[in-house]
Amino acid sequence: MSTLSVQDHGVVHHEDDHGHHHHKETFLSKYIFSQDHKMIAKQFLVTGITMAVIAMILSILFRIQLAYPDKAFPLMETLLGRFAPGGRLNADFYLALVTIHGTIMVFFVLTAGLSGTFSNLLIPLQLGARDMASPFMNMLSYWFFFTASVVMLSSFLVQKGPASGGWTIYPPLSALPKAMPGSGMGMTLWLISMVLFIASSLMGAINYVSTVLNMRTKGMDLWKMPLTIWAFFLTAILGILAFPVLVAGVVLLIFDRSFGTSFYLSEIVLGGSAQPFEGGSPILFQHLFWFLGHPEVYIVIMPAMGISSEVMSVNSRKPIFGYHAMVYSLIGITVLSFIVWGHHMFVTGMNPFLGGVFMITTLIIAVPSAVKTFNWLATLWRGNIRFTSAMLFAIGMVSFFISGGLTGIFLGNAALDINLHDTYFVVAHFHLVMGSAAIFGMLAGVYHWFPKMYGRMMNEKLGYLHFWLTFIGAYLVFFPMHFMGLDGVPRRYYAFTEFESMKRWLSVNTFITWAAIMAACAQVAFLVNFIYSMFWGKKTVQNPWEANTLEWTAPIEHFHGNWHGEIPTVYRWPYDYSKPGAEEDFIPQTVPLSQTMSSNLPHDFEDNPAGLEAHAKWASTQKSNEEVK
Amino acid sequence: MLSLLAAFLLLGTNMLMAQDAATDAAATAPSGDATPSVWLGPGYYVLIFVIICFVVGIVGKILRVYDLTQQIQNKKPINWHNVMGICCIIFLVAGMYGAYWEFAVQGAMILPESASAHGVKIDEMFWTTTVLTVIVFVITQVLLFGFLFRYRYNANRRGHFLPHNNTIEKVWTIAPAIVLTILVIFGFFTWQQITNSLDAKGEQASINVDITGHQFAWELRYPGTDGRLGETSYKLVSGTNKVGVDFKDKFSYDDLQADTMYLPVRKSIRLNIHAQDVIHSVYMPHFRVQLNAVPGLPTFFKFTPTITTAEMRRKVGDPKFEYLVYCNKICGAAHYNMQKVVRVVEESEYQAWLAQQKPYLTDQVKKDLKFAVTKPAATQNRLALNN
Ligand code: HEM
Ligand SMILES: [Cu+2]
Ligand SMILES: [Cu+2]
Repeated sequence: MSTLSVQDHGVVHHEDDHGHHHHKETFLSKYIFSQDHKMIAKQFLVTGITMAVIAMILSILFRIQLAYPDKAFPLMETLLGRFAPGGRLNADFYLALVTIHGTIMVFFVLTAGLSGTFSNLLIPLQLGARDMASPFMNMLSYWFFFTASVVMLSSFLVQKGPASGGWTIYPPLSALPKAMPGSGMGMTLWLISMVLFIASSLMGAINYVSTVLNMRTKGMDLWKMPLTIWAFFLTAILGILAFPVLVAGVVLLIFDRSFGTSFYLSEIVLGGSAQPFEGGSPILFQHLFWFLGHPEVYIVIMPAMGISSEVMSVNSRKPIFGYHAMVYSLIGITVLSFIVWGHHMFVTGMNPFLGGVFMITTLIIAVPSAVKTFNWLATLWRGNIRFTSAMLFAIGMVSFFISGGLTGIFLGNAALDINLHDTYFVVAHFHLVMGSAAIFGMLAGVYHWFPKMYGRMMNEKLGYLHFWLTFIGAYLVFFPMHFMGLDGVPRRYYAFTEFESMKRWLSVNTFITWAAIMAACAQVAFLVNFIYSMFWGKKTVQNPWEANTLEWTAPIEHFHGNWHGEIPTVYRWPYDYSKPGAEEDFIPQTVPLSQTMSSNLPHDFEDNPAGLEAHAKWASTQKSNEEVK
Repeated sequence: MLSLLAAFLLLGTNMLMAQDAATDAAATAPSGDATPSVWLGPGYYVLIFVIICFVVGIVGKILRVYDLTQQIQNKKPINWHNVMGICCIIFLVAGMYGAYWEFAVQGAMILPESASAHGVKIDEMFWTTTVLTVIVFVITQVLLFGFLFRYRYNANRRGHFLPHNNTIEKVWTIAPAIVLTILVIFGFFTWQQITNSLDAKGEQASINVDITGHQFAWELRYPGTDGRLGETSYKLVSGTNKVGVDFKDKFSYDDLQADTMYLPVRKSIRLNIHAQDVIHSVYMPHFRVQLNAVPGLPTFFKFTPTITTAEMRRKVGDPKFEYLVYCNKICGAAHYNMQKVVRVVEESEYQAWLAQQKPYLTDQVKKDLKFAVTKPAATQNRLALNN
């Protein structure tokens, strides 16, 4: 095969030509301050997983509170000290847990952990580049992210506890230290951490965009890029355009908090005395926040969509259905996601006419989402489906995306949102469509590209166990929440004991908590699998999934530069699976059309008239040969 | 090899039985001596978890050994593609039943019919949307898991090379677009009707009720006999003047304070919504009413209650049922307990209740303000400082 020859060729050469790739690397430059995109990807992944485990533990803590509001757990006091006096979480700390859980999951896991890992790993490998456009900035991006994580977690150590105004940190609650303990030092740390985080994410995103635009290998035009790359590319653009607005919002909040300005504050009475703020608007912050916040949810889901598309195509042994439609729907989502943010603000007192406009744009964005779903289903249709762990998670992603996306149609309707806003219905919506779907996309990516990252395979059976427990667990946790929301049960309530009408949901809450604990325990299967396979897993072969994309032509053992010798050239799109007439059921992108005459279709020469002519000629000689026989 | 298998099997069953025994022991122990408020020691749960891990590990080993023996005997090993395909079908059936069960059991626990005029329209739209989305939900999930089972891997088969089909792609772009357009149009007009709610000419004016949120309670203010609320200012808020009524405005003299929100049935109500410290949200789910209370940005919500509390008690079969207003925007530690009772009553009862409410202009306030005005006797009841 052509790939092998490239590799062998390289081994001879690399001592002289590429010797500099193998200069003595110290532990520090190889594992810590690495500038190799593959190592940085692994750093993002491990940090992301660590943060995910922490955020998951936080969620179990507050789930226990919701299930057993009247019980004391001595262990809780041992672990949390003053935050759980007498073994019961205090109400302020409950809100802090919810806040930090949300912040970590949305930003640190599903933004940095997801994009950071897979954009870094796959953009150079799938496009045929030796590294990112700026490896140094890439390294900085990771270290800013790491610092941001440390600062965020350190807020658990300050006297009054972490930020606790919800992950959306609406002022005035977050702006007035006297309004709640978490709005003191904890909030300051939150803001610092987010500024660092955004710096990290911008450095990453600028790198991804410039790499995709400038560093593709020969033959890799935009329409030959795998959907993963399209997704990462558009995600990065979203991030570059949206995150700075959050910085603006955050900086003004810092001003209000520390320098006595009134950007968000007006006519406030606190502790019985009128405060000197005048003329600001709390709604302004919400506009700035959601101008990022809505694109942010697509920053989270689009990489998961790209990964799932790729994994599903490989494992259905079929081309992704409607590649162009998939790309255009991603572009549509990218553009539209900038003009729907107001659907988070229907009942905040925003001008109702604006609400009407945002309702229209919001329901338009559901169309490309629907198209993607149907295309995934069509990809599975008449496939030859291999149930790898990655495939299962990709399927889970689709299932969750359907379930959660459909409830978006309720919430996007301003009239219905009146009664649903800030209830458990919203919690159910975004945990299915974002929490579950995006996490599953990320896990699909981990299982699929683990061999590329670590040169070893993960255990498939443990992967199956992990999948089914998590999949069932997530549905058990989030499905019942819809009905709580429809009964008007608000989110971010510390206990449902004070309302007679909410007490009947206590048994459901207990059930949800146990389902959550089960799902959390299932993650142990993943962690064990991940760590064990990293060191002792079965060694991988060159192309374990028989996939077409370029990363599987790169040598298994890692070195800075990815390919020995020349970078392979690309001749075809990445989805030639089960092509009729081909010898095998996959044709890697590096195989020229001239080597696959028997399987070429007129379609392959759409923008190549000379090729089409050659193909027609070949086809007619074939035909005449047949006739002769 | 076989003996190894046998050994593992034995070990496996031993473990299983040990686990059963543990569960039994645990199940009986707490009911015997533990008091309900004490939770089972964490060690117990950790133990269960470790045991489960062991069982999983052993089952894994058994499967491995089984696979190997099959291979040695030249039989086929377990076909995991079939196993997973069947799991998908089982999940589909169980999941659909589960969803049905949820709709039947928990679906019956959701809010009763709307107790306000505009809410009826919202509910209609809600049910239309629900029917449409449930249809889509069932079809897509059935296709998803059905395809997984139907097209599971078979080494003798190849996938069907189908890169695209423009016709069908157009169909499934346009179909959702049409459905969503219809939903949007209805939603848009309903939304406009609900929010574009200045009193129309000729219509009887709405009853104004002020509701003010602060950490952590709601304050109510009703207009007195003049039917108008006086001005307020946040700068005037004090211990005796909780919502900052401006007594320079003569309309404020007869403004009344109340502990319960009484509303006359079938009368248009205009809730004027204020907040003093942080954002709160006035949420009255039975009336399909919600609007945030934002400091510095007064808002209002107009609605017409249609079902009295007494009627609703009959409808839901709960003699203690009360409508409530509660806070639905995170506002601090006691966010979870910021409620007020709402009573919808007949007009006559409403008037009788209103006549008993105390004015904001208490004796104490008068003294504070060195108020010279003498008030009609009706309002000079005992006006102790309202804590
Ligand atoms: C199918 C298209 C979708 C529509 C029409 C939609 C609509 C909405 C609406 C209107 C809200 C606001 C609800 C409220 O607060 O009252 C909302 C909340 C939310 N949505 Fe979606 N959504 C869609 C898809 C998604 C996706 C794909 C994600 C993420 C991957 C997502 C994540 C979220 C999150 C995180 C929130 C809650 C934010 C918060 O208040 O904390 N949504 N969605
Ligand atoms: Cu949104
Ligand atoms: Cu509140």
